[in-house]
Amino acid sequence: MVALHDINKQKPLLDIKQLNIEGFDGEKWSSIVKNMDMKLMRGEVLGLIGESGAGKSTLGLAAMGYTQTGCRIASGSIHFDGLSLTDAPEQSVIELRGSRISYVAQSAAASFNPAHKLIDQFAEGPVQHGIMSYTEAVEKAIDLFRRLDLPDPENIGFRYPHQVSGGQLQRAMVAMAMATDPDIIIFDEPTTALDVTTQIEVLVAIKDVIKELNTAAIYITHDLAVVAQLADRIMVLRHGNLIEAGDARQMLDNPKEDYTRRLLAVRSLGEEKIRNEKDPNVILDINGVSAGYQKGVNIVQDINLRVKRRKTVAVVGESGSGKTTVARIVTGLLPARGGQISFSGERLSPDLASRDRECLRRLQMIYQMPDVALNPRQKIKTIIGRPLSFYFGMKGKEVTARVKELLGMVELPESYIDRYPAELSGGEKQRICIARALAANPDLIICDEVTSALDQLVAEGILNLLQRLQNELGISYLFITHDLATVKAIADEIVVMYKGRIVEQGLKSEILKPPHHDYTQLLLSSVPEMDPDWLDNLLEERAAA
Amino acid sequence: MFTLIQQAPLSAKIGMVIILLNLLTILLAPQMAPYGETELVGDVWAPMSSEHMLGTDQLGRDMLTRVVYGARNTISIALTIVFLSFVVGCSCGLLAATMGGWVDQTIGRLVDIIMAFPTLIFALMVLSVMGTSIPTLIGVIAILDSTRVFRVSRAVAMDIEVMDFVEVARLRGEGLWWIMRNEILPNALPPLIAEFGLRFCFVFLFISSLSFLGLGIQPPTADWGSMVRENAGAISFGIYSPMYPAAAIAILTIGVNLVVDWMLNRSSLLRT
Amino acid sequence: MNKLAAMITKRIVFGVLTLFAISLLIFVGVEALPGDLAEAILGQNATPETIQAFRTELKLDLPAHERYFAWINAFVHGDLGKSLANGRPIAEVIGWRFANSLLLAGATALFAIPLAIILGLLAAIYRDSWFDKCISMVTLSAISLPEFFVAYILIALLSVQIFLFPSISNINDQMSVFQKMHAIFLPCLTLAFVVVGHMMRMTRAAIINVLSSPFIEMAKLKGIGRKRIIVKHALPNALSPIINVVVLNLAYLVVGVVVVEVVFVYPGLGQLLVDAVSKRDLPVVQASGLIFAATYVFLNLTADVLSMLSNPKLRNPR
Repeated sequence: MVALHDINKQKPLLDIKQLNIEGFDGEKWSSIVKNMDMKLMRGEVLGLIGESGAGKSTLGLAAMGYTQTGCRIASGSIHFDGLSLTDAPEQSVIELRGSRISYVAQSAAASFNPAHKLIDQFAEGPVQHGIMSYTEAVEKAIDLFRRLDLPDPENIGFRYPHQVSGGQLQRAMVAMAMATDPDIIIFDEPTTALDVTTQIEVLVAIKDVIKELNTAAIYITHDLAVVAQLADRIMVLRHGNLIEAGDARQMLDNPKEDYTRRLLAVRSLGEEKIRNEKDPNVILDINGVSAGYQKGVNIVQDINLRVKRRKTVAVVGESGSGKTTVARIVTGLLPARGGQISFSGERLSPDLASRDRECLRRLQMIYQMPDVALNPRQKIKTIIGRPLSFYFGMKGKEVTARVKELLGMVELPESYIDRYPAELSGGEKQRICIARALAANPDLIICDEVTSALDQLVAEGILNLLQRLQNELGISYLFITHDLATVKAIADEIVVMYKGRIVEQGLKSEILKPPHHDYTQLLLSSVPEMDPDWLDNLLEERAAA
Repeated sequence: MFTLIQQAPLSAKIGMVIILLNLLTILLAPQMAPYGETELVGDVWAPMSSEHMLGTDQLGRDMLTRVVYGARNTISIALTIVFLSFVVGCSCGLLAATMGGWVDQTIGRLVDIIMAFPTLIFALMVLSVMGTSIPTLIGVIAILDSTRVFRVSRAVAMDIEVMDFVEVARLRGEGLWWIMRNEILPNALPPLIAEFGLRFCFVFLFISSLSFLGLGIQPPTADWGSMVRENAGAISFGIYSPMYPAAAIAILTIGVNLVVDWMLNRSSLLRT
Repeated sequence: MNKLAAMITKRIVFGVLTLFAISLLIFVGVEALPGDLAEAILGQNATPETIQAFRTELKLDLPAHERYFAWINAFVHGDLGKSLANGRPIAEVIGWRFANSLLLAGATALFAIPLAIILGLLAAIYRDSWFDKCISMVTLSAISLPEFFVAYILIALLSVQIFLFPSISNINDQMSVFQKMHAIFLPCLTLAFVVVGHMMRMTRAAIINVLSSPFIEMAKLKGIGRKRIIVKHALPNALSPIINVVVLNLAYLVVGVVVVEVVFVYPGLGQLLVDAVSKRDLPVVQASGLIFAATYVFLNLTADVLSMLSNPKLRNPR
């Protein structure tokens, strides 16, 4: 790490002053980045933090003198090593890209050209910029693939993108960005699309390589814990404005602005849980259930779990663990193949078609993407009102009154009753989904990754709301998620799934306390913590074990 | 609605005016035409004059009158066909998308086979067997065209069918009919309206071609396609009477296409 | 490789099945003729003897399935039956006519395809420029115009106003290649006008679709030049849709010749078919219909196989 006083002596490698970037939304130009100042020194890692719409990606791309289609630099200056990227001839800016400044995108799977081998895409930049020959580039690639811990570094480059796994592809993209020993690499959410256990591999690879080669980097992410592991300095953005900037450790220890403090706060519930151990009624009881889509192939095997009244059971697992399949089995969308499910004591028929209306009413579901869970052509009144008339035969004024009441319960104004979903924000849409589920007076609500698509602060609001509703109405939740922070916040019991099987389950306090099952251990230890030394310590621990 | 039209680009407005004028002509044909539909009023292929603004045709009928009545006959038959093909195609498409399974498979394979057959050849063969009459014509083209409508409406409905709000309705216990009517159809409507325009152009050109080949609408009914055919001989004498009905066909299709283009652009803008 | 081979085999099997279904459809279609075929064709005033003779001639007294297999068998061996109108073997007439139709379609394709692809590429690269807007207006009109309208405009301009090309495209075997080309120039131009419009619009859409992919942005951020991005990054991925467009338009050409052949009185298969339909010469209709359909099915099949082959994900399986 470069000491602070050294940085101050040097001239900045990248210097952005009073930058304004605007985007065209089809009707008018609106501001995306406002009066932004940003400096980056040689060898320094700068973290750009913010929720969606903060303008962090736009700012990152602007550091390369690039704007996406539909965006323009309205005013301000960008200087890279003395060259003004806004005034210099286009050709000389293009020459910088992929040679002295390079970029790592969020989705490597989409950003590699499916028609060419990895090695050819690796070599393209250096060869086109006249920095090295193709054979030299291949050698360099093999070297970098080895440093980034890719399996079979001599040959992996000769594969096509779709023949390589997501985590490996992301590392190959980091390698590609390092090909020409650039002065700056811009990382745009490079680990967001990955599972936590894969994320660690990529984080370690990035951290090692930039340290070793002393490359400056801009690391863009919404996850403070991730950036804490890498960044020397952090800038917090919101709605295109700079909220706070400063040394990473200082900011993590002592944030100045309220917004930063809220981002830093470990996900916690304002609502206290009502404990009632006296009500041991089991609402949902799954016994030895297996299921799958193809004949003879089971996606999930031998699932046993119980959800008690007024309790939240969280099903945790990475992609492909079968946790969503469990939800589909309970709802009847995917009929179980064996075993049995009972719902408040009665046997639940495996397929949806043979369940009666009363049974459907008592089991409701909330989805990950509120955008597609609400019909864009229906007003809120219809969306929430339909279950009322469908299950309870309510009509006219009765429906309107109850819809207003439900809106109040999810903390939305009554005036929303005549709006369409498109007129609401993401968090508000999710609240409408909750209200729609509540309209049926359910006993159990299945929540499938309900906070994953939302920004951190909005997600916290939703979790609080769900907890309050549980306290007031005594609903049980089956909470499907990959996010352990959410689990820690809301669950009473935890079920850990891996490759279609339950590997461990029990009360939250038991699961989160050692000794753990091996996989639970891996999963728990992979969740980044705010502590800047967390990654290093973890690697030491894992190396020792 | 009104502001929407106001915001439309010039090309789309031109298209709308063209469509509107044609619709007016259909409604007011007897009032607008100076002579009767099959009335012989002058010499063969008389040049333009104040009495015959577009001259006369190969039998001495007033060309303008024929073009005006032609609008009525050709367009209304084309509209009937497209309407029929949409009723058949959309209901099959929505059904296939919502039910899936064997229903989808059966209709899909059947449509594959019909579509593997070139439309014009298919129509010609059927007409050679059944003879050319207007009901046959309408039936054949409507069925052929409904296969295209089926493909499009099924694709659109499939896109909507996988959305979570449809699953919500299923889990609530809603019936098939309710889901189709309330969840899928309202969302499928905008792309389907654009498709209606495209299908209209296709059908309209198709009947005109058939009539031009002498296998569509039969004389003495005024019809743009057959008018071109009947007057085709004139062109080698440097007389352009076949051009008027041909131009009328071209203008209407261009007009519809301009509007459709705008609608497709709009919906793709909304999506991103 | 196995997966790709399996997909292609599946597609070919489906193509063969389709052909079979079509031949059956053509056969049954004629079967379904209301009343008796012989009576329907010979009319009310035919004597019972002529009707009987006609039946034997068409083997109408055999059961349907036997007739179908006899027909298909003869068809495969090149015996297409006899024309009802003039009693001549259909195979004699049809072979030459089909070759003429292919000449017309082929000559058009030869210059229309490269032209359409180049125009489509340019329009996509210079998207929303005046060039793109002009081209898209012209092609929109091109696909909106009935073929015969285009044909008559061309005749009026290039044949009546200034006599450059004949308005009737009669060709025969004695003509030199140059004479033939001169004779078919106007029908070719007519067909090209319509086909180029279609192909160009679809090529443009395919390229624009690829150009909006994240990997194109990545290439830009790697500092790759514009030309190289188009040629190296966009084109290989747009290949599959473009090939599809081209072959589908070839199929369209083969069918589209019908109207153009009638306008220019060109001795092709299309004109023969239209004649036969108006005379209700059913054996000729069946034969030429089946040939048209087979060509169409074959081209569609080629389009699908080629686009499977040009898909990198299918070509290089995991």
